[in-house]
Amino acid sequence: MYVAVKGGEKAIANAHQYLASERRGNTDFPELSVAQIREQMRLAVDRVMTEGSLYDPDLAALALKQSRGDSIEAIFLLRAYRTTLPRFCNSIPLNTSKIAVTRRISAAFKDMPGGQMLGPTFDYTHRLLDFSLADTTETKTYPAPSAEDLQRAPDEELPRILDFLQNDGLVEGAGEPNASSVGDITREPLELPASRDIRLQKLTRADEGFILAMGYSTQRGFKNSGGHPFAGEIRTGDVAVEIIPEELGFPICIGNITVTESEIVSIYDGSEDTPPQFSRGYGITFGSGERKAISIALVDRALRCKELKEDIIAPAQDEEFVLMHSDNIEATGFVEHLKLPHHVDFQSELDILRRLRSNWEQSKARREAMEQSASTPDEVANNAPKGFA
Amino acid sequence: MTHTTIGQDSRQGQPDEALLEHGYNFAFLDEQTKRMVRRATLKAIAIPGYQVPFASREMPMPYGWGTGGIQLTASIIGQQDILKVTDQGADDTTNAVSIRSFFQRTTGVSTTENTQEATLIQTRHRIPEETLSKDHILVYQVPIPEPLRWMEPRETETRKMHAHEEYGVMHVKLYEDIAHHGHIATSFDYPVQIADRYIMSPSPIPKFDNPKMDNCPALQVFGAGREQRIYAIPPYTKVHSLDFEDHPFTVQSWEEVCSLCGSDESYLDEIILDNEGNRMFVCSDSDYCRKRLEAGHTGAMSEQQSDTPEVNSVEVANA
Repeated sequence: MYVAVKGGEKAIANAHQYLASERRGNTDFPELSVAQIREQMRLAVDRVMTEGSLYDPDLAALALKQSRGDSIEAIFLLRAYRTTLPRFCNSIPLNTSKIAVTRRISAAFKDMPGGQMLGPTFDYTHRLLDFSLADTTETKTYPAPSAEDLQRAPDEELPRILDFLQNDGLVEGAGEPNASSVGDITREPLELPASRDIRLQKLTRADEGFILAMGYSTQRGFKNSGGHPFAGEIRTGDVAVEIIPEELGFPICIGNITVTESEIVSIYDGSEDTPPQFSRGYGITFGSGERKAISIALVDRALRCKELKEDIIAPAQDEEFVLMHSDNIEATGFVEHLKLPHHVDFQSELDILRRLRSNWEQSKARREAMEQSASTPDEVANNAPKGFA
Repeated sequence: MTHTTIGQDSRQGQPDEALLEHGYNFAFLDEQTKRMVRRATLKAIAIPGYQVPFASREMPMPYGWGTGGIQLTASIIGQQDILKVTDQGADDTTNAVSIRSFFQRTTGVSTTENTQEATLIQTRHRIPEETLSKDHILVYQVPIPEPLRWMEPRETETRKMHAHEEYGVMHVKLYEDIAHHGHIATSFDYPVQIADRYIMSPSPIPKFDNPKMDNCPALQVFGAGREQRIYAIPPYTKVHSLDFEDHPFTVQSWEEVCSLCGSDESYLDEIILDNEGNRMFVCSDSDYCRKRLEAGHTGAMSEQQSDTPEVNSVEVANA
């Protein structure tokens, strides 16, 4: 009960107990295992890992269980855990050209070297509820694709479709990755204007819904320039994470992670120094976060407006607006903190409001008295309020 | 890393066995993070009222619950410290209880409700009524550290304004208040100028508390976790609440006195007692009120519950 704002220790303990029982739900049904969530709610796990900035499917699944399925609460749990972890070293940049793809498409070309590969996509499903899934009594088997089907060749580089255009100068370069100077938003405060590495980190951690809406707004005309965006390439697959331990001096692989990468191109009209060409936007997420990766790429492109000397006229181009309001843990904390007790401030506002109302009553009474006594126009003029005191 | 509870005499609220969570460092944050926060804090003390950016971490409480203050407390707390946590002036509001229990679990330090006994006081929205001494550090939780934010939403702009000491908009805002209402219509988070230089947000304390900041012997540090800023007022620093010569700064006053302890000089909470809208006023600072009751002071409603002179009981009656 909220009136127990004071003496709340017992109330908090009771609330936690109540929460635990609600989380468990009706005990006639078996309890969810973390492995079940990890295997069968994988896209939720992927989102929690991406926005929690921690690649650990088991912990993300545990967080989802603990949060009763609330993604933002789960992301928060994972971030609060991550913040206590020591930082051993930076990996060398992921080589996403050496990716074991499960999905790879380009919307810009009908076919491409390496081929189009749909992978496990919802894209061409009909969104009809499949009532057969409601029946879990009979064991069904769903065969996975074989290794030959996936045509995985471990050390072979998969060409990037945009590189073909870059060779003709039709698309701008992707920039020179310099691992030693990459910023870290989890270790340094965000300062504006932010460089692109910082911006992309922030966008990857950002709330999926917010970034989706921001990307969408650029498609509906809330941007300065640039033609229609094209999905140059979208790829999902496993990449090796490599580090160079000081005592070895050469890279070793410490494991694989699944990522989704998206590159968007749109026509850039050029400037005095730059010829017209396709400009790039880039996005990457953990797991299969394709919707978000595309959105990040759109917003990244919109936020490059200063660098490309475009006018800033739309919300998605406004770095401060986008970056400062994109983090759902920051946002949810500040929005929801309104439910904390504020009675000291409220008392102050009551005091002010009472004074404002009393001033208003007095001036109203004065005004009415004046109107009544205003028998001649001359008197009205003489009695008019002087100044604002 | 694990820690054991240090041997302290058993004060109220002291954990009697090791409650420290396995796998977490003393006071939750790792030592590198604490060092980073301490460096930012030292810079803040060196430039009174200036907002120092720091790499705020995710904490196990949400942003808006006091993560800035919690990080400051976690970075400066030592095993010998005695911690007091208040919210809205009271030690027993839910959030104060939760933060105090967090530090009990992660540090094992002694906690107290007694302002005089505490060495470290984390607060939200109030400054204790009792005068602070040089042995106190007061840690404020800050939601919006930028006093110019309501006039200029952009951080890139407000930082320039501070750098150039370009505070015209603030004075215009206060002037417009007087022009419209005849007085400055800001009752909490009332802007102050520190050591004749930076304009600073005192956090959402009622302006009633502003005079306590001026020339205060205690170190006052402010943490805004979500906004990634730390700022400070060193001991014995001039803190001026903005005003005009012909409209000097004033604080709230009440026609009522505290119904429990009869104090006529503390900040009062208004409590609605029943469906008829009857109300009473009690001290917002629960420790101050308790001490006065123990010293034999009485108010209009204290006699009928003289057997349990606790602020809590009134709130229960309110339920």
